[in-house]
Amino acid sequence: MTILSSVLAWFADPVHWSGPEGVPARVLEHVYYGALALLVGALLAVPVGLLVGHTGRGGFLVVGLANWLRSLPDLGLLILLVLLVGIGLVPVVAALVVLAVPPLLAGAYAGVRNTDRAVVDAARGMGMREHEVLLRVELPNALPLLFGGLRSAVLQVVATTSVAAYVGFGGLGRFLIDGFRAQADPIAKYTEMTAGVLLIAALALLLEAVLAGVQRAVVSPGLRAPGRGARSPADMVLRDDPPCPLTETKPETAGVNP
Amino acid sequence: MVWDWIPRNRELILGLLAEHLVLSLLPVLAGLVLAVPLGWLANRSPAARAVLIPTAGVLYTIPSLVLFVVLPGILGTQILDPVNVVVALTVYTVALLVRSVADALAAVPSMVVAAATAMGFRPARRFVAVEFPLAVPVLIAGLRVAAVSNISLVSVGALIGVGGLGFLFTDGYQKDFPTEIITGIVLSMLIALLTDALLLTLGRVLTPWHRLAGSRG
Repeated sequence: MTILSSVLAWFADPVHWSGPEGVPARVLEHVYYGALALLVGALLAVPVGLLVGHTGRGGFLVVGLANWLRSLPDLGLLILLVLLVGIGLVPVVAALVVLAVPPLLAGAYAGVRNTDRAVVDAARGMGMREHEVLLRVELPNALPLLFGGLRSAVLQVVATTSVAAYVGFGGLGRFLIDGFRAQADPIAKYTEMTAGVLLIAALALLLEAVLAGVQRAVVSPGLRAPGRGARSPADMVLRDDPPCPLTETKPETAGVNP
Repeated sequence: MVWDWIPRNRELILGLLAEHLVLSLLPVLAGLVLAVPLGWLANRSPAARAVLIPTAGVLYTIPSLVLFVVLPGILGTQILDPVNVVVALTVYTVALLVRSVADALAAVPSMVVAAATAMGFRPARRFVAVEFPLAVPVLIAGLRVAAVSNISLVSVGALIGVGGLGFLFTDGYQKDFPTEIITGIVLSMLIALLTDALLLTLGRVLTPWHRLAGSRG
């Protein structure tokens, strides 16, 4: 039996679709850990990113912190936390929060910073107070980049939640880890691992499509220039060097063919 | 921390460090070489763009761990073959950079391109001497993200037995030995931050006009 047909047979087997070790239960566990981490990460990162973007103070710290957190190897962090505090939901979620914070922080900060200064000045000229400027002008204008950050945080968290299985937790990583460890027969081993990672990929693609739809519904149509919505973290790298006079373009025109 | 564990295992640590560097940075190099022509094509032809950009988006969405496992089935390699990790991270890097390159080239002001054409630059030379250098800052930004995330992603490969410094994590877990794990984390962060600083410097060297803009205030 080839790998493809054995993977298809794995998916067709009703045994894999019921009970606490079935696909639906594992998907729910996976989404639960990930959603918890994203919630905590967003509560930590978004207000800080918005405030630092609004005041313009501490931008250097945000860039540095995001870079440091991005460079932390997540598997190592999770294993270290588990050895130090024991297996539990806290180390699993904490390791994933570390992953969710940099893109959210960068998205919120860059979103506010990229808001057209003329618009912000106009808001102040109309008599808006600072918190109104932030919440009613800068936040809506920051949404495309903020959503870009959220989508990249979701992708990374969904991908990395798999490592929770390594320290004995659930989620879709279980199929990968159990397949790798427990199955003796190489075909059965590879089949279970492949099925597990295909489920992870499907979940990632599904969430990406859902978030893209939500973004379209939430972001003001006035901000929807072609190529505007940041799709990858590369679009949101925080500039810490002076802009190049020739390649620097206003966000409104970035990506538009002249 | 059991400090003397580090010098006693120097050979092991240095070997894993070297493996980690190759597994994470070779894909950055290969990804760059592939992404520049693809990005150029995406910027030149709307048809190519309509195919390349969404494909890159989907590939970027697929977690690298998924590719680590699925690639042996596609490439016919062994699951423990490091080639899987290199190819997976190359795919990931290309997916990230193609869009950056296409957007960076699109952002080159048409006046500059027109001026270069009027000065007698042929398309190929114009690309190398004018358009590509102007795209460098965006390209470097993409490369920094790719390099840093690759360095962190390689260690996840330890789950399936190929992961450079990630071996210190899984081995340390089995031995219940935090020193080994902390060593791995610190080294991994160190090479990520050093690579990042190196790319930043490279970007500055390649774009001397930045310094002019900076001194202007």
